[in-house]
Amino acid sequence: MGEGDQAIHQRTLAGLAKGLAAGEFSSRELTEALLERIAKHQATLNAFITVTADQALDQADRADQARASGNGGPLNGLPIVHKDLFCTRGVLTTCGSRILDNFVSPYDAAVVERLAAAGAIMLGKTNMDEFAMGSSNETSFFGPVANPWDTKLSPGGSSGGSAAAVAARIVPAATGTDTGGSIRQPAALTGTTGIKPTYGRVSRFGMVAFASSLDQAGVITRSAEDAAMLLGVMAGHDVRDSTSVDHPVPDYVAGLGKSVKGLRIGIVRQHFDEGLDSQCAASVKDALKSLEDAGAELVDVDLPNIGLSVPTYYVVAPAECSSNLSRFDGVRFGHRAEKPEDLLDLYSRSRGEGFGAEVKRRVMTGTYVLSAGYYDAYYLKAQKVRQLISQDFRNAFENVDVIAGPTAPTTAFAIGEKTDDPITMYLNDIYTIGANLAGLPGISVPCGLADGLPVGLQMVGPHFAEEALLACAYQYQQLTDWHQRAPGGFL
Amino acid sequence: MSGHWEVVIGLEVHTQLATKSKIFSGASTAYGADPNTQACLIDLGYPGVLPVLNAEVVRMAAKFGLAVNARIAPRSVFARKNYFYPDLPKGYQISQYELPIVESGELFIRDDEGNEKRIGITRAHLEEDAGKSVHAGFGKSSGIDLNRAGTPLLEIVSEPDLRSAKEAVAYMRKIHSIVRYLEISDGNMQEGSFRCDANVSVRPRGQKELGTRAELKNLNSFRFVEKAINYEIERQIELIEDGGEVVQETRLYDSDKDETRSMRSKEEANDYRYFPDPDLLPVEIDDEFVEAVRKTLPELPDAKQVRFVSQYELKAADAEILTISRALADYYEAVAGSTSAVAQVAANWVIGDLSALLNKENVDIQKSRISATKLAGLLDRIADSTISGKIAKEVFEAMWSGEGSADEIIEAKGLKQITDTGAIESIVDAVIEANPGQAAEFRAGKEKLLGFFVGQVMKETGGKANPGQVNQILKTKLK
Repeated sequence: MGEGDQAIHQRTLAGLAKGLAAGEFSSRELTEALLERIAKHQATLNAFITVTADQALDQADRADQARASGNGGPLNGLPIVHKDLFCTRGVLTTCGSRILDNFVSPYDAAVVERLAAAGAIMLGKTNMDEFAMGSSNETSFFGPVANPWDTKLSPGGSSGGSAAAVAARIVPAATGTDTGGSIRQPAALTGTTGIKPTYGRVSRFGMVAFASSLDQAGVITRSAEDAAMLLGVMAGHDVRDSTSVDHPVPDYVAGLGKSVKGLRIGIVRQHFDEGLDSQCAASVKDALKSLEDAGAELVDVDLPNIGLSVPTYYVVAPAECSSNLSRFDGVRFGHRAEKPEDLLDLYSRSRGEGFGAEVKRRVMTGTYVLSAGYYDAYYLKAQKVRQLISQDFRNAFENVDVIAGPTAPTTAFAIGEKTDDPITMYLNDIYTIGANLAGLPGISVPCGLADGLPVGLQMVGPHFAEEALLACAYQYQQLTDWHQRAPGGFL
Repeated sequence: MSGHWEVVIGLEVHTQLATKSKIFSGASTAYGADPNTQACLIDLGYPGVLPVLNAEVVRMAAKFGLAVNARIAPRSVFARKNYFYPDLPKGYQISQYELPIVESGELFIRDDEGNEKRIGITRAHLEEDAGKSVHAGFGKSSGIDLNRAGTPLLEIVSEPDLRSAKEAVAYMRKIHSIVRYLEISDGNMQEGSFRCDANVSVRPRGQKELGTRAELKNLNSFRFVEKAINYEIERQIELIEDGGEVVQETRLYDSDKDETRSMRSKEEANDYRYFPDPDLLPVEIDDEFVEAVRKTLPELPDAKQVRFVSQYELKAADAEILTISRALADYYEAVAGSTSAVAQVAANWVIGDLSALLNKENVDIQKSRISATKLAGLLDRIADSTISGKIAKEVFEAMWSGEGSADEIIEAKGLKQITDTGAIESIVDAVIEANPGQAAEFRAGKEKLLGFFVGQVMKETGGKANPGQVNQILKTKLK
């Protein structure tokens, strides 16, 4: 099917760029069409917390003018949405939390700034698990997001709103953040493409912190090509983030053509053991077979300590979050308890009322593991294990170019199914967390349907191997059409 | 404290580093601005903001470390000290904990007996200051001023080597002198740029293990340090002698009542849950950097003192006073270098009359209304006997009032000394003639009366007669 035959909302970012360039439609027409689509599906999906229609239309007009005068950045006039933990100047930035339900950011995050400077239009802010803590988008103060493939199911999380909006063909692309799998897991559960870059690849400035040493911004799109287009703009050194790395940014789009021939793909046997749904396993194995058929070589690799990644993560991430979330105290911004009796009352009630149960659980856990007498046994030990896991990956990458396997152990699960059992919920990130602990880039691409629900193939590379991951994903998407499958109700 | 008890003191000196902008943000550190006008989003702890280390503070800390013969850590780490307080916007203070930038230094003070004593410096670490809570004027609420939040501090921790309040003050003065020599802090104590906490304990003389200590917080003058420590020593000794026990706690010194009182005990103390700040990379310093910083070190007070004694042949005590501040030492050298007067005389004037006047008028040496060149000009006139030391004081005051140079004032006021022997002799003759009784008594052996005659001659000459000549002529004529 040629692009010209596609409804405007069905097009990928690359397809829209061509349409705009060819004058098939204006940015304003495109923006209006998508704003309409947002409104149409909001009640069903609840993917958005804020829609910035007026601002978007203004931006679209400016983009049209720029294009007419031969100007405009690489993303001129292309619509995107931001996860609601990227600070957006003059726009509500809630992090899915009651404690920030009145917070209008006075400044733009680096990611928002860079994408806007390239000409991208922001249509709104997407729903998410509160402070990105969750794997199902159910911890949001603004209610759960529905999975477009079956609205009784969760789209995954924490970037659930971003994934649902992209999967439902509401918007072509959305930003997300990934601390333990929050881009890749929802991408897998909604049949979209999601990339989490190397830690330090994209500036964290203006991205509300959950766990600073693990958080990384990325994108959810409908193709590897679109992800490459956006990442090229988002990536790069930023002096405002000391952990951002001054490393050259390659032309990711230009690199997509690289064949997988001779690519050495590592397979971690543990990842196909118990816990992985058999239909998911079959889809992932099929995907690996197609890559092998295209010339890649499959090699077994061992990550001896990978089994410790979930417990390690659930010490490190809560520790950092317990400190990062201390600034939400009702004193300077955000929710403030009514008529506090004294300072302690102001703190306890503002935070008690402002934070949801999962956030409280993690703040408590984090406070505990950092406490005198427990620090060595938990935090310090977790840091040591983290080093071991990083070393495992380094060893593995001496023999292989990427490591591939499932993104999540199952397809999408029902809303409410796991809410009473945090441990089962945490295990949803069992395959994704390792990349965060080691600071490695990872990508999830759709690789099949199991009982009509999307399955994701995850590929993880060495530091700054985004180009190779995107190329491999792109080549796979040339061989298959899983990424083009749309959920039935959202054609 | 002498006798049965030995006092053990360690100081934590907080020095504000004299950077233009804050330690982790670009906001200004200038003192005295309207509340919250010098606090940017980073200082306010807004969601999503990140700290970026001001490279200047690293250079300054290294400079201090080298000045006290310390080890500059090749790798130091910023940690978060977590606690809730409204003037701490992030809910944590960024500080250094396990791996500070400066370790194992030393400096030398004079102990109570006047002997040189080595005081160990355990460490010095970088941290950000908190804001300020203002409790008056807001009804039942408090106001918060975050201008100071994020101001760079160097916290200098001594070994428990100090044995009296006086030693503690001497140590603190030495640190104060060093940081000002290095120009890494203005050392302004009124503005809170230089303050300290004192850990004080007592133990029976001869006992090895330390007694339980109390920490005295936020002492912001040398006088308060001495008084607070002395009060605390008395309190602890009395407590123990009455059969009580010192409790480990934090105490505040109330300068109005001259007493310390409990702020919080160990049990109530915060668990700060320190952990490395994941937003900041470790600070890595190589030898090249250290050597580059070393090249910027000025001559330090101790070395300058030694040089003053040998070069200017000053009394050690005077050299010590003159080298307390770099500005004073520079002033002195400018005077000594351009006058024909003896260097010790120049020192006497700078330490005596000039310092007294500066103190009285509360003026810094840099802003002295008598420049070093002008003071040298005055000393020249004493040295060449144009004026007497006594007249010089009159000229000095006129100089301070802006009446011109020493020569101009001497000329305008006709203060030139009478050195003409003939002229003095005739005045002496007249004075003897006018006081025959006293002359007779003197000749009879009442030599005390010489002063009376000198006074009379001076009165006649308006103080301008050369006192040496007057003495000599009087003695001859009264034989």
